[in-house]
Amino acid sequence: MLIICLIDEEVVKKKDHSGGRRIMQQIGFLAPRPGVLARREEIVADLADLLPEGCLVHEPRRLVPFETDAFVSYRRLPLAVALPETTQQVAAVLKYCHRYGIPVVPRGAGTSLSGGAIPQEDAVVLGLSKMSRILEVDFASRTATVEAGVTNLAISDAVSADGYFYAPDPSSQLACTIGGNIGMNSGGAHCLKYGVTTNNLLGVKLVLVDGTIVELGGKALDAPGLDLLGVVCGGEGQLGIVTEATVRLIARPEGARPVLFGFDSAEEAGACVADVIGAGIIPVAIEYMDKPAIEICEAFAKAGYPMDVEALLIVEVEGSEAEMDAMLAAIIEIARRHGVKVVKESQSAMEAALIWKGRKSAFGATGRIADYICMDGTVPLGQLPHVLRGTAEIVAKYGLRVANVFHAGDGNMHPLILFNANDPEDAARAEAAGNDILKLCVDVGGCLTGEHGVGIEKRDLMRHQYSEADLAQQMAVRAAFDPQWLLNPSKVFPLEGRPAA
Amino acid sequence: MSLRHEPLSEAAAARLVQAASLGGARLAIRGGGTRSLVQPPEEADILSTRGLAGIVDYTPAEMTMTVRVGTPLSEIVETLAENRQMLSFEPLDLRAALGTSGAPTIGGVFATNASGPRRFVAGAARDSLLGVRFVNGRGEIVKAGGRVMKNVTGLDLVKLLTGSQGSLALLTEVTFRVLPLPETALTVVVSGLDDGLAVAAMATAVSLSVEVSGAAHLPESVRGRFAGGVLPEGAATVFRLEGLAASVTARAEKLEAALARFGAVYRADAETTLTLWREIRDAAPYADGTARPLWRVSVGPTAGHQLVAALRLETGVDAFYDWQGGLVWLRMEADAEAELLRRYVRAVGGGHATLLRARPEVLCAVPVFEPQPEALAALEGRVKAAFDPSGVFVSRMVAE
Ligand SMILES: Cc1cc2nc3c(=O)[nH]c(=O)nc-3n(C[C@H](O)[C@H](O)[C@H](O)COP(=O)(O)OP(=O)(O)OC[C@H]3O[C@@H](n4cnc5c(N)ncnc54)[C@H](O)[C@@H]3O)c2cc1C
Repeated sequence: MLIICLIDEEVVKKKDHSGGRRIMQQIGFLAPRPGVLARREEIVADLADLLPEGCLVHEPRRLVPFETDAFVSYRRLPLAVALPETTQQVAAVLKYCHRYGIPVVPRGAGTSLSGGAIPQEDAVVLGLSKMSRILEVDFASRTATVEAGVTNLAISDAVSADGYFYAPDPSSQLACTIGGNIGMNSGGAHCLKYGVTTNNLLGVKLVLVDGTIVELGGKALDAPGLDLLGVVCGGEGQLGIVTEATVRLIARPEGARPVLFGFDSAEEAGACVADVIGAGIIPVAIEYMDKPAIEICEAFAKAGYPMDVEALLIVEVEGSEAEMDAMLAAIIEIARRHGVKVVKESQSAMEAALIWKGRKSAFGATGRIADYICMDGTVPLGQLPHVLRGTAEIVAKYGLRVANVFHAGDGNMHPLILFNANDPEDAARAEAAGNDILKLCVDVGGCLTGEHGVGIEKRDLMRHQYSEADLAQQMAVRAAFDPQWLLNPSKVFPLEGRPAA
Repeated sequence: MSLRHEPLSEAAAARLVQAASLGGARLAIRGGGTRSLVQPPEEADILSTRGLAGIVDYTPAEMTMTVRVGTPLSEIVETLAENRQMLSFEPLDLRAALGTSGAPTIGGVFATNASGPRRFVAGAARDSLLGVRFVNGRGEIVKAGGRVMKNVTGLDLVKLLTGSQGSLALLTEVTFRVLPLPETALTVVVSGLDDGLAVAAMATAVSLSVEVSGAAHLPESVRGRFAGGVLPEGAATVFRLEGLAASVTARAEKLEAALARFGAVYRADAETTLTLWREIRDAAPYADGTARPLWRVSVGPTAGHQLVAALRLETGVDAFYDWQGGLVWLRMEADAEAELLRRYVRAVGGGHATLLRARPEVLCAVPVFEPQPEALAALEGRVKAAFDPSGVFVSRMVAE
């Protein structure tokens, strides 16, 4: 097996565009293909022929908004950005890029936290933002068919008057697109009961790297043949470009009530979560916040979170009043066994909305007080207390601070490691602490990422979770879709040890 | 005559597959053999998973179980039930319908993505499977996924392997999530609806916040063959509600009120519910001791009855519906009619039809799995080669 050695190996010190800060760059990208860079003008002209007016961005100044995503410490200016309006145009751009060996980076709203949508100098970014129509809502079949650039929230908004919603609800749902959700197999607070994107996706229209348009699945359950839809979901833009999706709608419950449970220690809260699930109770959501996160979110949302506790659980139950009461009673009894200090039910729809606003703004609110990186490891529930303790120790060892706010019910942790991006050493320490935390998650039987994807961020940790044979098998499947590794090529798989194209 | 191999460990299985791939031999993977109505092609040896059995890990509080693939499904179901847990996707047992014997294995369940009535709300086998170990066609031992509920680390090979019908790799160990057994269940029955009205009633039921966990329509031709004939006269449109007793009763009242405008409404108790939905799951009315062609067709929920109505004009069929009308169990009275059926499936908006039972010569001649369009068939061929480059594993799932 040949090994590709085109790696941008040096640790680049690069000027940050936003604040003139200098950040250590630990993670490499594939070196740009010189042949592609040299043909830049021609490529731009050709793409302009393939796309309608206003659908191609190429002046350097206008490329800047596309140089990164929500993993902002890394940036690369792309060669050009194509913003097609139809599946046919997506196919035409892919066919062209495939023919000339030009890398393509699919992009939705660019809210990826793992660098999944960060481009590279020789790549054409293919943005789906102009494809944002809701094509069909079929209540009798409980499905919506939408273009890939539709935002997550727009789907629920379009069906809510009729009493339905689309279940996976990333905190970024106002901005992120269904195409990006499929790319990352995104989750959200309410996925404990309803599952993540892959469990709510029925079909896609997919453009393969050579421009071939295929349909996977549809309104019928369980598509024929191999479950290609299952591997495309979470494929991080490496297997094809999704232009349309059919998703499952769910009837809104009669009522929903978030309840706050405050504890004196992280251990007690963590153990309470494990016992609730272990007792066979599956609420819609169990979210966890530690003291720093509570302070940050309360200052932002004024949600009435208790301030005198070390750890807070937001538990949402749903159903009729009687059902909610019954489930809550069972949960409260378990929480008592774990010394719960405060139990606070929301008193009105407005209070409930504030509780969720506080939780869903956690990342944004944290960003106002410090720079942060967000980890996303998932652990078996029984390990939650242990990993929370381990996280605190690791972060303390590096002399940093951490705020924990995450989807506790499914063990999906989000430690936000706070640091100062103006201090390159602090930034490097934060990255190192994050890596240690993720390794801890894997070592207790968990995984590197529960919903944010590998992107570039966790790429070089993949060998901690997978053996060479495991990775080789995944890469072989990747190559079955994209033999030349043109789609989002710097992501997910460590750059060393890839099979030759 | 085919040889039969029964490796007793994953390592032995890997050696066997590696030798086969180097020697150009071919292997047909077999679990309980409950779906094997025809023998594999003569040149292929049988690779039995029966020696790879046993529960490896079960942590009820974490709602996950890890088992070797040759473990009988019955052992798993019983162990889970002791802890009041279950497989949420209700794996089918088609032995009676197919006239086969043997014990279904958990590996076979996941390799066929066999999912019953709860599938349309709670997901399929593929949605419960968290992680796998497998031997690919090179004889390499590979793992994918893990044992946590949320995991997007790398490509989701777990999904790809579920339902791959032995075409890609030999699964050796599976980790899946389980759910609590509902405290109780009941069935709301609406009588006398024709297929079209039944679809409307089912759409109404799922639009309410009552969480039906089963919605099926049993036309008059089959109704009497369910639950020992206790369902009221006429077609039966049935809705299952599960959960805590108080909640189930409250939801039943709400559902009954909403369905009263469609027809006469009855309630079936927990015991009848258990039998009824097991029979729906296993296509019990077609366990008729014949080899008349039996199809399992998946279409959009509002398309199933249109498909059957169209077919009726051309050929003799008998049918009932699960999954809110989207899963059609079809028994042809004479010929398999594969082409006709698939043409109509496309005409009603698409889906797929799988032939489960027919005379052996028909099963050999007819594509039992839905043929794929050219571009997808080519892609599937490349995916197959990514797991099994020399074509060790024989299966009719992926076109060769
Ligand atoms: C404040 C904040 C909160 C967040 N909260 C959550 C959360 O609760 N849960 C969660 O899971 N994530 C969360 N995220 C992460 C992020 O929002 C999700 O990963 C989201 O799905 C990305 O969608 P996007 O449209 O922004 O996609 P992008 O960031 O543009 O792209 C994501 C990936 O998908 C690929 N891609 C995009 N569109 C397509 C397409 N049409 N076809 C094929 N591939 C495509 C890209 O190449 C990339 O690899 C959060 C992010 C932020 C900034």
